[in-house]
Parts: sequence; structure tokens; C-alpha cells
Amino acid sequence: MRLLNRTAGRLSRHRRRPVAGLLVLLLGLFATGTFYAAFAPAQAETTASDAAQVEEGRELFLIGCAFCHGTNGEGVLTESGTQYGPALAGVGAAAVDFQVGTGRMPLVQPGQQAPRKPVIYSQDEIDALGAFVASLGPGPAVPEESEYSVEGLSAEEQEEAVVRGGEIFRTNCTACHNFDGAGGAMPRGGYAPSLKGVEPKYIYEALLTGPQSMPTFSNGNLTPEDKADVIAYLQESEEQPTYGGFGLGSMGPVAEGLFAWVVGIGGLVGFAIWIAAHSTRSLKQKGTTE
Amino acid sequence: MTPDDPKDPAGQHETVPGTSPGASPQGGVVPDSRGEFTPVRTDTPVADPGLPAHQWRPTDVDPKLEKRAERQVAGMFVAAQVFVVLFVVSYFVFDIGGDGDAILGLGASTVTLGLCLGIALLLIGVGIIQWARKLMGDHEISEMRHPARSSDEDRTATLEALRVGTEESGIARRPLIRNTLLGSVGLLGVPAVVLLRDLGPTPGEVATEQPYEGAGLANTVWADGMRVVRDVIGTPIRAADLEIGDLVNATAAALYETNEEGELVLEGTERLIANSKAPVIVVRMEPDEIEDVDGRENWTVDGIIAYSKICTHVGCPISLYERTTHHVLCPCHQSTFDLADGANVVFGPAARALPQLALAVDDEGYLVAQSDFDEPVGPSFWERG
Ligand code: FES
Repeated sequence: MRLLNRTAGRLSRHRRRPVAGLLVLLLGLFATGTFYAAFAPAQAETTASDAAQVEEGRELFLIGCAFCHGTNGEGVLTESGTQYGPALAGVGAAAVDFQVGTGRMPLVQPGQQAPRKPVIYSQDEIDALGAFVASLGPGPAVPEESEYSVEGLSAEEQEEAVVRGGEIFRTNCTACHNFDGAGGAMPRGGYAPSLKGVEPKYIYEALLTGPQSMPTFSNGNLTPEDKADVIAYLQESEEQPTYGGFGLGSMGPVAEGLFAWVVGIGGLVGFAIWIAAHSTRSLKQKGTTE
Repeated sequence: MTPDDPKDPAGQHETVPGTSPGASPQGGVVPDSRGEFTPVRTDTPVADPGLPAHQWRPTDVDPKLEKRAERQVAGMFVAAQVFVVLFVVSYFVFDIGGDGDAILGLGASTVTLGLCLGIALLLIGVGIIQWARKLMGDHEISEMRHPARSSDEDRTATLEALRVGTEESGIARRPLIRNTLLGSVGLLGVPAVVLLRDLGPTPGEVATEQPYEGAGLANTVWADGMRVVRDVIGTPIRAADLEIGDLVNATAAALYETNEEGELVLEGTERLIANSKAPVIVVRMEPDEIEDVDGRENWTVDGIIAYSKICTHVGCPISLYERTTHHVLCPCHQSTFDLADGANVVFGPAARALPQLALAVDDEGYLVAQSDFDEPVGPSFWERG
């Protein structure tokens, strides 16, 4: 508006006739009105709805989350000074979308592991919670689909992404999530969850926010493209047939060893017993029946 | 007793079992006045009670069953032949590695080849066992043990031969010859030692000598000012871009250096050796969470700290990192290191903390090493001390 006024002012200095000045004034007023009508109410509406969303999120938060995380997300300490629920300023909407969207939060009880459970909030409620937590401090936002998808790429580029993603995955992720993303044991009774069938958005958010004891892979650590490549690889590897036999959950030597010992060695023991077992005997004597 | 010939006339078996002489022993156990049994010493050992009467199998006594067992065994051998033929057929019919989804998602070729060959071998084995159990002679036999000691004549003859040999060679009477012979044969060990020593570098050379950059167990390719790059990606890491809680699996920039033609400078064995010792784990935590280690005050950058990724136990690469506890856990034998406390061992068989890489930032803000590690990375070796 100030720009418009200035423009009008400049024109008026160069005016030749009073009618021209009047016209310019009218034009300026008209344009200002149109601009205002076009933008101002819309802005007011979004801020209003943002505030409403944050407020809705705050109410949900007070009911479902505040018991552990504190009424303002400041975290709660136990009497002995250990963390009951961590502070949430700065974790961002992405962390909320991951934790609540996969059913991990709210927890049934505090413990070593936050297991995946049926989701109890609707996506709108999750968004509201996210908006509230994001308002506590700047943190990663929920990613757009374009950030974690390789859809738009050509077939060749997608293939390259899968190969690269595989390398990144094997270097950074397999230590905990297993060579096939099947998950694995962690210290003190915890476990790294399986990555099979996890929606790309949640993998991206987990990388970004480091849920529970997982380290973070922020965008300064692995770029968004790197993360998208890892996701492309995981999706591709899920579609691969298990050449050469049953994968036994891809759990590696434990499951395979169990199978070998029980089925393999057990079968051999069975044969050994059969070989050495006494065969059926007859009461008849040879020669007497002949 | 001798092994039975299955073709023996049946009547001959009757004399073998259960009819040994002396079935009623002369010594033994007799009840005393109170009706209790106490062992009584006798001069004669317990007489051989012989074998119990042989019991025949149905296939021995019933010719119909015998024929049936014969047909069973032959049937299994024929079925094995069929499966061998099927194996060859499926080898040519199904695409190897193709049809990945057929038959429970295991692949048509894999399943048919494996099953055909497996079943054929199993049928042959089961057939042979069935043959042995049903049709081959199964008469109990005893084989006597013979003493291992040679006869007295043989023993004296051997000793005599030895004595004559010693006497005639004069080895006992001529110590000069004997000792020089021993000396010459003993010295033959020296050429062997010299040749073996030359088969490779000495352990000391393996530890320290550097025919090329980073060779030797005690060295790596890290050097002053070398950038820390993301492993397998090869891009440098800007210190300011890392967030608290980040874990970067990183390595030395030397591994991604290229020449004018764009080819990697480090190639072949040199590359493998560099790659095996250079990897580091870079983590960022709250600076005040890091315990000070004497002499390493300036080795971190704003809470960014780097340790060798090679376990000091037997050298597995480790990056199972718990952000909340700052522990890394080795998947091989569960050694656990506390990265906030000088990477000291908090659990497991490893004996030494992970070597720390001194970090700094260059003019462009990227993480660089201050020098090579100040101790050898990875597991212990003899010369390490
Ligand atoms: S190699 Fe790490 S604990 Fe054995």
C-alpha cells in the first residue's frame, strides 16, 4: 500500500491537469481496495486458523501428553532427577508426526522401548499437536512428499538412487536395523524396529528427528536427497524375491542357526535313531514255516 | 563264531545262539541262611553265557514279506532315478535366477533343482538303509580280541637286530662322527629359518613401515588438515551443519581424492588398507556432556567429537550408537564404549578405549583432522605393546 501511495504521489508531481490528478487518485484508491480485498482478509484467516490449530493442539496436548512432557512441553523430571518425559521445545512437528502418527506416543508406560501401536489420533489432531509443539521452539517441519520420493526421476536416475541409497543404508543404518532392515536388539532390552512396510514419510521423519535412542541424521548430516535415496532403496529391497530359500525373517545367524539345529540336526538325529532302531521281530523260527 | 552267510541253509543257525556250554556257572551268587544274596568268591570266572537266541524278522520267515521289501527298495532306487532325470529336465526348462516369484516366492529353478536332487539322494540313502534293515543278514556275531603284545621271540629278535646295527655302524664307539653328523643335520634348520624369514616383512616392519601413505598397522591415511568426509558419499562435513544428536559415519578425504582424469588416487590394495583403518564415527553432543580427557582439550569442535570406528577388540566396524547414552556397541562381542567419556570401555571384552581423532575446522568451516591418530587403531598386535 505504501508502494502504491508513493507511486501515486510521484505521478501527481508530474501531473499536467487537475482531472488527471483526480483520475490517478481514483485509480490508486481502486487498486488499493482491490489489493486489500484480495489479500488482507485471507491473511487474517490463515493466522486465525493457525492460532486455532495451535490452540486445538494445546488442548489435546494437555489431555494426552502433558502428564509426562509437562503442560508447556518443558519435560518432567522424576524425584531422583532422571527424565520422565523429555522436553519438547525444538523437536518440531516432524517428531510429533512420527511419534504420534506411528502410535508410539502416547506411551502406555515409560520404558526402554516405545513400541509401534495402533494410532489413536486422527491426522488432523496429529497436525494440531504438531503445530502446538512446533510453536514451542523451532524444529524440523513435517516433510513434503517431494522431499522423500524419487517419483519424479527418470527410471535410470531412480536406479542410481537405489544403488546409492543401498550404500548409504549399509554404512549408516545396518548397525542397528540389520542388513535387510529387519531390526535388531539394542542394549538393556530395547530393540531397533523393523523398517519393513514403514511409510516413507515416517522413515524420513525418523532420520530427521532421531526418535528414542536413535541418532539424528539432520540435513547437514545426510542431505534430503541422500535420505530419499535410502528410502528408495528400502522400498526396492522389500520388493525383492528371496532368492535361494526362505529368509527366516532376515534375522541372520540366530534364526538360521536355530533352523539348522532344530530342523537340520534334528532330522539327522531322527534318521540315526531309525537306522539303529531294532526292526520288527517275528516269533516264528526260520525253517519251521518253510 | 563266524559271520553268518545269508545264503546258509537255515538249519545251521540253530547251533549258534543260546546253546553255549556252561550256561549254569559253577561260581556265582547263592542265598545265605537269611535268604540274602552275598557275592561268593570263586576261582573260576563267570562262564560265557553266549548270545541269546536269535529272533527272526518277518521278512526272514515270510517269503511274501521278503518280496515286498525287495520291491520297496527297488522302487526307491527307481524313484531316485526319476528324480535325477527331473533334475536335468528342470535345469533346462527353468531359467536360472528367473521366475523369482514362482513357488512361494522362492524361484522355480531354485526349488525344483534343490528338491529333485535332494529327494533323489534321500531316496538312495533311505533305500540302502531299508535294504540293510529288512533283507541283509542281521545275525549277531562275536569277534574275539587278540593281545597286542608281540611274542617273546619277536621281541628278542628285534632287540638283537638293533644291537647288531649299533655295533656295526660304530655310532657308539665313534663320537666324532656322531657329533659332526648331528651338527650338520642340526645346521640344516638355519637355511629353512632364513628362507622363511624372507617370505614376508618382519612383524616390526608390518607395524611401522610405510612403503605408501597409511601403510603399517601403526599408521592410517589421516594427516594434518585432511578433511573428514561422509563415508561412501565422499562429501566434506560442515561443522555448523551438524545438529546435536547427529551421528556421521565418516572417513578420510584421501579415499575420495581424484587425479586430473577424475580417477581415484588410492586404488587396489592401498585403497583397501586405507579404507580398513580410516573410518571414524563423528557425533555431536552438548559440549558440556563431554568429559575432559587430559591432553585432548582442543580435539573437539563445539561438541563434535570423532573416534575410530574400528573396535579395539578384534576390529569389527562399530556404529551402533545410542544417542541418549552416548554409548556405541560392537555387534561382534558386545564391547560398549562411552563416547562422552573418552570412548572408554564400559562393557565387553575390548581392553582399550577407541582412539580419538583430533578435530578442527578449516577456513571454509569444514571438519578436518589435526593429525593422524596418536595410537594405532583397531585390535592389539604383538609390537603394539
Ligand atoms: S570386535 Fe568388538 S567386541 Fe569383539
